[in-house]
Amino acid sequence: MKAFETFETPTAARVNYINAEYGLKSWLLTKDHKRIALLYLGSISAFFFIGGLYAMFIRLELLTPQGDLLSSTTYNKVFTQHGIIMVFFFLIPSIPATLGNFLVPMMIGAKDLAFPRINLLSWYLYLLGGIITIWALLAGGVDTGWTFYAPYSTTFSNSYVVATGVGIFISGFSSILTGLNFIVTIHTMRAPGMTWFRLPLFIWSHYATSLVMILGTPVIAITILLLAFERLAHVGIFDPANGGDPVLFQHLFWFYSHPAVYIMVLPGMGVVSELIANFSRKNIFGYKFVAFSSLAIAVFGFLVWGHHLFVASQSVYAGMIFSFLSFAVAIPSAIKVFNWTATLYKGSISYDTPMLYALGFIGLFTVGGMTGLFLASLAVDVHLSDTYFIVAHFHYIMVGGTLLAYLGGLHYWWPKITGRMYPEGWGRFSALVVFVGFNLTFLPQFIAGYLGMPRRYHAYPPEFQVFNVLSTAGASILGVGLVIPFIYLLWSMRYGKHAEPNPWHLPGLEWRTASPPPTENFLATPIVTWEAYEFAPPEEMQVIGKLKNEGLEVADAVIDGK
Amino acid sequence: MAEGITVGHEASHPALQHHFENLEQQREAGALGMWVFLVTEIMFFGGMFLAYTLYRTKFPAAFASASNHLDLTLGAVNTVVLILSSFTMALAVYSAQVGKRRNQLICLILTILLGLTFLGIKAVEYRDKYEDSLIPGSLIPGRPFNPAVQEHGQPYDKHKLHLLPGANVKNVEMFYWIYFAMTGMHAVHMIIGVGVLLVILYFSWRGRYGPEYHNPVEISGLYWHFVDIVWIFLFPLLYLLGRHLEH
Repeated sequence: MKAFETFETPTAARVNYINAEYGLKSWLLTKDHKRIALLYLGSISAFFFIGGLYAMFIRLELLTPQGDLLSSTTYNKVFTQHGIIMVFFFLIPSIPATLGNFLVPMMIGAKDLAFPRINLLSWYLYLLGGIITIWALLAGGVDTGWTFYAPYSTTFSNSYVVATGVGIFISGFSSILTGLNFIVTIHTMRAPGMTWFRLPLFIWSHYATSLVMILGTPVIAITILLLAFERLAHVGIFDPANGGDPVLFQHLFWFYSHPAVYIMVLPGMGVVSELIANFSRKNIFGYKFVAFSSLAIAVFGFLVWGHHLFVASQSVYAGMIFSFLSFAVAIPSAIKVFNWTATLYKGSISYDTPMLYALGFIGLFTVGGMTGLFLASLAVDVHLSDTYFIVAHFHYIMVGGTLLAYLGGLHYWWPKITGRMYPEGWGRFSALVVFVGFNLTFLPQFIAGYLGMPRRYHAYPPEFQVFNVLSTAGASILGVGLVIPFIYLLWSMRYGKHAEPNPWHLPGLEWRTASPPPTENFLATPIVTWEAYEFAPPEEMQVIGKLKNEGLEVADAVIDGK
Repeated sequence: MAEGITVGHEASHPALQHHFENLEQQREAGALGMWVFLVTEIMFFGGMFLAYTLYRTKFPAAFASASNHLDLTLGAVNTVVLILSSFTMALAVYSAQVGKRRNQLICLILTILLGLTFLGIKAVEYRDKYEDSLIPGSLIPGRPFNPAVQEHGQPYDKHKLHLLPGANVKNVEMFYWIYFAMTGMHAVHMIIGVGVLLVILYFSWRGRYGPEYHNPVEISGLYWHFVDIVWIFLFPLLYLLGRHLEH
């Protein structure tokens, strides 16, 4: 951060949120949503690194069919901890807590989130939960799988289930508070003229995400609490030995954990909607459909958890209904994909790094979503359940979807966040490496899973080795592709080219203030008189239309010109 | 740094936080925030209500037997106490809105006292359960769940468990776990509520709340009413279930 002291250009001499105050205390006690976003950025990056290390061990172990690198018990802990760290401490907070925290107030023209102190509290809860979880992992780890299924977790597992549960319980409240803050902010703090249908789609998707956060997270909180009590005090509602029903645990767990998938992917969809519209320099095709499809996903998302229980003694009639509803959730998802594609049509597309990530997202999310339909079909799921097909499917959504959107968004808003440009050439290169590495990692897993390779084993029949070698090779490439942006983004904070307030020349509100923005975001309360993604005022559009009718070529620069 | 455009004379109100345009916006945000929080609370308790519903359906006789053993009088008195406390809380909010500081203080103190009364009565009930060895599992180390069961034809003993036909003691234990989980979580919320009201009382005594600014009193009231309503659901579900099957 010190780099900013040495700025000499006139724009940098200005007071912004980064150089407004100095010292550790000014960061740890900050109530500025932008600084809290950076605190989150640092901490989730650390957790991503830890989760990535576990992934590395998984892929190395699976390089050979024998269980030679890790014992089966260690392997159980490694995949469990990979899942727990990545799901609860990276994917769920990733986009909302960093980009969302930074951008929700800026995009609606507010000075901060509605409850700045609660925002800071949520970071501390996240950190506390994270530290407790890390402690549990160091003390001996946990081997239940990230799903904590009873009665193994309540009675038989000989690992740190309760400590890990407490960590997740606490960090869950950080998620609840973030969602609460977003909902209240979006409802009450929009700038004059910023009507609901002028909101950027990033805001709509964060609103929908927040709904899932506040409705789902409390359920996992009480579930984990009951689980911990059951384990500690032998009081029980999950363990059959106490007359309980383990399937109740699965219902409660997936009531949160399936919607949690939408906590992960909805913000990614919001980022991609921004990227596709802005890098096509067009208004998004069917704004209202894209906006409401976010809400539809949030609502439908709560009604499909039973597809995780197709092979868990759930009644076949419930299975049929959940199967149908799981198919239904594909509709709003498909609406988004079609509308993004239609937005590209005749757009003035530029292939900058964020756009490469966005296009990658569309492809990979589509694969992830379509294979989800296989799993939503009752009979097919019986064959595919607990195989690598599932693993590949949800990594296509979580890595191919969320992670790519997160990286795309991070590059896109990097100039706004840091006031510096990232190196474009390296950006494009690494986006490509990530895409190739990702596909090489997870595409073979679809095939291995379809052929019957089960998940969560450290050894496997030799005929699956070819797929696993491909997958491990891909993971190495993916790893390199993720290290490159980590290095050049850090580098750019000191040495990157200074960013203009609006380096992409876009109409969004966040681009109409300085880079990096002042502490109060805008020097005066903005008054919004334009629609979202309005690249040319209506009069200009008419002129351009007339010119076009007269057969004249109109340069894009004219269309974009303000 | 230049100030944002602010509206009206309220901008100078000491309670206005810097990131809000005016007190009205601040009030709306606070109230909506509490409503959203209460929604999360409903979902939180919802998990336990689901477990209750499932096992009540699965083990009706055991649940009715266990429920009949709860102290109906104390439960009913507590219900009245809580409803009264909601009434005094509503009066406290009203007094803040119309700026009657003395009434506001009296009502807040009454609400806190009623809240404490509720917790006291709850403690008595918990002690009774402890004495009858009705605390499930090893929640109290060295005092496992081991109630005396009333045999057929013995004289009535209120410390003994009257098992209805088909009731299994193991499932009675499950009822008591759900009972302690739900009422315990409710009591935790009551304790937090009393703590919040003590803070409100302090600022109220300092004369901070009046017709112009009383948002904290209002949203604390919302929270208090919510905790009250949870009890309104808990009481019939836990205490009144299967009373007609007794004797």
